[in-house]
Amino acid sequence: MKKLMIFAALAITAAATTYAGGYRVSLQGQKALAMGHTGVAVIESSELVFFNPAGLVYLEDKFNISAGVSGVFSNIAYQNTETGANVRSDSPMATPLYLYASYKATEWMSIGLGIYTPYGSEVKYENDWVGSHLVNNIKLQAIYIQPTVSFKINDKFSVGGGPIYVTGSVNFNRNLNRTLTDLDGNRANVEIDASGINNWGWVASTMFNITDNLHLGATYRSEILLESTDGDATFQNIPNSPLTPFSDTSIKAAMPMPAELTVGVSYTFLDDFTFAFDFNRSFWDAYKSLDIDFENPAIPDSKNLRNYKNSSIYRFGMQYNATEMFTIRAGYYFDETPVQAGYFAPETPRNDSNNFTAGLTVNVNKNLQIDASFLFSHFNEVDASYDYYFEDGTAVPFSGTYKTNAFVPGLGLTYKL
Amino acid sequence: MKNIFKYTFAVLAVGFASCEPEFDNPVTDEGFYSNGTANFSKYVAVGNSLTAGYSSGALYIKGQDYSYPNLMAEKFGFVGGGEFNQPMMNDNLGGLLLNGQQIAPNRFVLAVDANGKPGPVRLEGTPTTDIANKLSGSFQNMGVPGAKSFHLSAPGYGNIAGVPTQAANPYFVRFASSDNATVIGDAAAQNPTFFSLWIGNNDILSYATSGGAGVDQTGNMDPTTYGGNDITDPNVFTHVYSQQVDALIGDREAKGVLINIPEITSIPYFTTVPTNAIPLDAATAAQLNANFAGYNTQILPGLASMGVITPEEAALRMINFSAGQNFPIMTDDDLTDITAILLGPPFSLPASTAALLGQLRQVKADDLIVLTASSVLGTTPDPNNPQGIMGVTIPLPDQLVLSTKEQARVKTATNAYNTTIQGLAGAKGLAFVDARDALLRLADGGIPYDGGLLTSQFVTGGAFSLDGVHPTPRGYAYITNLILKAVNNTYDATVPTVHVGDYPTITLTNN
Repeated sequence: MKKLMIFAALAITAAATTYAGGYRVSLQGQKALAMGHTGVAVIESSELVFFNPAGLVYLEDKFNISAGVSGVFSNIAYQNTETGANVRSDSPMATPLYLYASYKATEWMSIGLGIYTPYGSEVKYENDWVGSHLVNNIKLQAIYIQPTVSFKINDKFSVGGGPIYVTGSVNFNRNLNRTLTDLDGNRANVEIDASGINNWGWVASTMFNITDNLHLGATYRSEILLESTDGDATFQNIPNSPLTPFSDTSIKAAMPMPAELTVGVSYTFLDDFTFAFDFNRSFWDAYKSLDIDFENPAIPDSKNLRNYKNSSIYRFGMQYNATEMFTIRAGYYFDETPVQAGYFAPETPRNDSNNFTAGLTVNVNKNLQIDASFLFSHFNEVDASYDYYFEDGTAVPFSGTYKTNAFVPGLGLTYKL
Repeated sequence: MKNIFKYTFAVLAVGFASCEPEFDNPVTDEGFYSNGTANFSKYVAVGNSLTAGYSSGALYIKGQDYSYPNLMAEKFGFVGGGEFNQPMMNDNLGGLLLNGQQIAPNRFVLAVDANGKPGPVRLEGTPTTDIANKLSGSFQNMGVPGAKSFHLSAPGYGNIAGVPTQAANPYFVRFASSDNATVIGDAAAQNPTFFSLWIGNNDILSYATSGGAGVDQTGNMDPTTYGGNDITDPNVFTHVYSQQVDALIGDREAKGVLINIPEITSIPYFTTVPTNAIPLDAATAAQLNANFAGYNTQILPGLASMGVITPEEAALRMINFSAGQNFPIMTDDDLTDITAILLGPPFSLPASTAALLGQLRQVKADDLIVLTASSVLGTTPDPNNPQGIMGVTIPLPDQLVLSTKEQARVKTATNAYNTTIQGLAGAKGLAFVDARDALLRLADGGIPYDGGLLTSQFVTGGAFSLDGVHPTPRGYAYITNLILKAVNNTYDATVPTVHVGDYPTITLTNN
């Protein structure tokens, strides 16, 4: 009961809630997610490979492995009161995964490996909907593979990090404009497909144990630019006329996976309670514009201004070891949108969000745990517009009211030896 | 373990699918938009090609989708509107067949010719809409392409037997309730709670597009004696129009909207081809002037002094070319025909010359040359005679030019019809749309919309289709908003409108 009151207080102090701004998908561990996706200063499991590699060396067990999957059910509703247009997205369930393993090689060094998907997006509208000149559907995937090493400097202080290899893909379809059709009125559209886009980045982190119960942590993950030089553009329903330049060609395009800095604290009290707070700063200003450069010079390049701004996330989490069998968790985070006024595009319609999380771990035996989590992302209804779509040099704003939400149940396993 | 994941997600998927985000005030909620004092549950649209959704010289499926009644009915759906069926064509070609024989051409598309020049051409292909295949059911879009005001009240206008003699209309044949049905009767029989009526355009338009080839029937109260290109007597118009309005209102006290008749000078069919379209160098101009010197200096002054023509007519008929852009020569059937006089003494001209000069004058700046003249002007119809040039040595036929006299007849009739329409709207408490004013504004500078400026410019202006007379879907969307705004104002309703820029213009295709 006491802990419930604490959570209620947290929920009230923060005014509003989603699951992450832009195309960040914060689902990198069921234990952490259940605590509002805090974890930079929580020494609990091999989820640290993502949250703070430096902490791995302080794990008690020699060998730790965590794996999990989430089911993302996200919904977007759009309406325009001037025309009565009303649309609901038809996005399929996305299933981000993670796998972490760590091994304490010596008393002062641990090594680890993480595979996770911190960026991604899957949004699908009905084809030819009223905003189809901006997006019909988009699927963005980025898989991070991160070997890690962690060094204990002393009992108070450790450092960690490692290189990150990213392999990504993007598939994007939109209509060419609001009105171009073939002879039978089928809307002309372009599908951009780029896969096997690879690049390298890195992560560095530190953990500071002020006391046995009080920890500070910090993690920085570098920006990684996913740059495709040989994607495909496929044009459909193009009228048979030399007055239109469209034909299938290859494309160049780049999309940043922004850098992220996290600092946080955790405090364990009354033996069984742990409180955690994380602050994320996401450097979204790297995402200026989504530009598609068509290889065929006759096809004008597609410039799609984004102008994201850096944004912050405030995360709060609580954990309670209720019994030997059960650990229960709850959390909350406030996620600031990186989208600026006038840049609200239906492909990632994210305003500020309030996010509520809960979960539990079942200790099956001394080695095996089942981790479950649940996230509900609440976005306030928002009147917004994207003002940087142009037809023949004239800006044609796309505006309306958006209401979105997301439900994300997740399950995971933790194995310790 | 894998199965546990699978089943858990399956259960959750069902659960969360029902957790759709809800707006505080969804537009789909009853009462978000107001029907005001009107009842939109049964909307019936009555009119001609404009109501049918005719565009680019034909009626075809995509054009019908964008007809203004269909766009309106879609929005009426937010305020209690019911089903709205249109007599759909069979394809996107647009042509008509009568028992397998093509009787109406396919639509125009914008094609690029061998020299890279874009222009309208008829879409190739065999149409599949045979008017012998009657549609079943009743249709709320009662727009009949080609119909004049009195046609809507004419029994037998949908009888297939009358199509070859033009006593019946092939479009109405497809959905008339019986051989003897009238358009207005079939519309009223549906007991509309709301109607739109836009009729009268063809009562002047066919006269105008034929370059005044028909007759101004003002004074003739019997429309059964009219030819296809004649101007309808304004009293006939008033008579049939008020009967039609009464039939649509019925004892149901239906609400509705009346739309008036645009000026022909606001449509590209009459404004695209310049009157001085003939470029000449000084030498050619001088030679042509020499050819017409006898006509200018002897024949015309002579006939004027003989009293055969007035001095004003003589002045009007003078031919004069100069270096630069020139007005073509034309035949004007409002001029005195002097062919017979020229054959006799003192002129004793050869028959061909007399015929050439019979009703000859040069086009004036206030005349209107019709769009179809653009494919004729400056051509040499006889390949063996390079000197026989249309507009230069061969006069343009009268039906390619709408003279100022002819324009005045059209304008007089248009004004008379519009007085009737606006007067009836006021008297019956119906909404009124000044389409005349709206189209004049399109022609005079244009109307800004969400994406640019909508103008009457042929091909590029966005409002008019490739036949130069009928709107594009975007033009129809503009009209839809005009009507919806008038309806909202008159009946205190808040029916949502359309975004004009969401609707297409002309279709590009090379055959």
